[in-house]
Amino acid sequence: MALSIEDIKKIAHLARIEVSESEATATLSKLTGILGLIEQMQAVDTTGIVPMSHAQELHQRLRDDVVTKTNQREAFQKNAPVLGNGSTQPAVAGGLYLVPKVIE
Amino acid sequence: MEWEVVIGLETHTQLQTNTKIFSGAPIKYGAEPNTQACEVSIALPGVLPVLNKQAVECAIKFGLAINAEIAPRSVFARKNYFYPDLPKGYQISQFELPVVGKGAVSIQVPAQGKKPAYEKVINITRAHLEEDAGKSVHGAVEGMSGIDLNRAGTPLLEIVTEPDMRSAAEAVAYAKQLHELVQWIGICDGNMQEGSFRCDVNVSVRHKGSGKLGTRREIKNLNSFKFMQQAIEYETRWQIETLEDGGSIHQATVLFNPDTGETRAMRSKEEANDYRYFPDPDLLPLMISAEDKARVQASMPELPEAMKARFEAEYGLSSYDTGALTSSRGLADYFVATVKAGAEAKQAANWVTGNVSAKLNAEDKSISSSAVAAEALAQLLKRITDGTISNNAAKEVFEAMWSGEGNADAIIEAKGLKQMSDSGAVETIIDEVLAANAAMVEEYKAGKEKAFNALVGQIMKASKGKANPAQVNDLLMKKLKA
Repeated sequence: MALSIEDIKKIAHLARIEVSESEATATLSKLTGILGLIEQMQAVDTTGIVPMSHAQELHQRLRDDVVTKTNQREAFQKNAPVLGNGSTQPAVAGGLYLVPKVIE
Repeated sequence: MEWEVVIGLETHTQLQTNTKIFSGAPIKYGAEPNTQACEVSIALPGVLPVLNKQAVECAIKFGLAINAEIAPRSVFARKNYFYPDLPKGYQISQFELPVVGKGAVSIQVPAQGKKPAYEKVINITRAHLEEDAGKSVHGAVEGMSGIDLNRAGTPLLEIVTEPDMRSAAEAVAYAKQLHELVQWIGICDGNMQEGSFRCDVNVSVRHKGSGKLGTRREIKNLNSFKFMQQAIEYETRWQIETLEDGGSIHQATVLFNPDTGETRAMRSKEEANDYRYFPDPDLLPLMISAEDKARVQASMPELPEAMKARFEAEYGLSSYDTGALTSSRGLADYFVATVKAGAEAKQAANWVTGNVSAKLNAEDKSISSSAVAAEALAQLLKRITDGTISNNAAKEVFEAMWSGEGNADAIIEAKGLKQMSDSGAVETIIDEVLAANAAMVEEYKAGKEKAFNALVGQIMKASKGKANPAQVNDLLMKKLKA
């Protein structure tokens, strides 16, 4: 599978990573190399082998449905991001975390 | 050329648990912002998700209720997108291997105009466990949005249907049926105002008989059956008109505006849909054994279909009656309690699906807040059966009971509604009516059957409704034949 520079830019955009032209070109050759490795692996016959979804052959432990967490809003909100719009304080108000306005 | 609408639903049901799906934070509705947002909910670095056992059992219950395959091994996946109410940058969901596979729900589509009611089976594609996102609050601070992460991590079961529905009525009937079912089996409180049951509806149109599906648009977040009906009807008309005018439909997410009754495109789906799912390395595969299923099965209540069949067999009720009685667990329980308290089954069925349901609908109440308890209703019905009052009088008594005027016997006494059981008194009234309506008597004797009913009416009126209609019929017939 051949990747194009547009693919790289799209993937970067979806992951919200800013890449320059030179970074995009470098990433293109690295990713193409990784895809080449995968192609090599795909040549292996895996008939009858259940695909792995985790590196360890274990299964999920379940938690009893009991409240174990207490309200730590104050402590958490001291660590909220500072948005830097003139304020040096964590961006919170009325118990809410503040973010730049979201318009749907 | 005739058009056909094709509809599929995705429903998010909030599961009835004490805590979040991946952490021990509480999920009580209406708490102060972020007071239920623990370190997992706000996605502090280094936290790990731990799956809630109760959420898994809810999913198993649903799978059993719709006769679905329950995956012995299912996998959690990350659905990647950026939005401020999703602090991790991904939602933990299930993608390739969902916990519940193919199943089916049968629905009753009510009669519309000349089209009679009918039954239909809606196939379920899958149901998967996932976490809810937080909420954005606008307008609290100028130029900013506020984020409340209390809801983040709330357990959801997303239930997806095949594109099996062919009208807004079918879609609404399915949504209502599913709404009842999830409450019946106790996995969701069904509270639509609080967002515990939200529907996304996929709508497309095509020429009838065409085997190919049209391009669909998805109406997001409908939280009322009325809006669902309106939104689908509007969207269907819009798509047909667009195509007939030579336009084309583009895949999109649309929102319904209840004020205008219109749907409006929200965002183009192509980019938003690029979620790059992959198995979540923080979670191991979920294994469900036959023993797990058996244990959950043992805790399941009798399902509506089974109860319906039992009511038909046990009480000899019609399929229509039993369908109505098992339309909600509350109604079914109420009916059973009424019969247990001594009412005759057929009569109880008529009253529960008739007068009681009508009253509840008129006051927009659920059966659990019925003003007349099952035992009180049974007492009233016994008074009809033993001939103390007529059916008509019973309706009056019921009204009085509903407005809290007391129990059946007290109201019958207070209002003087007891039927005349003394045949002498009834005969006196009949004689008086016959004497006053000689012309009608002649008409009857001349072969006009209708005159008989008119006479019965007069007699009932003269008795102020207290005569027993059956007794009046008998006595009048005897007198006229004499």
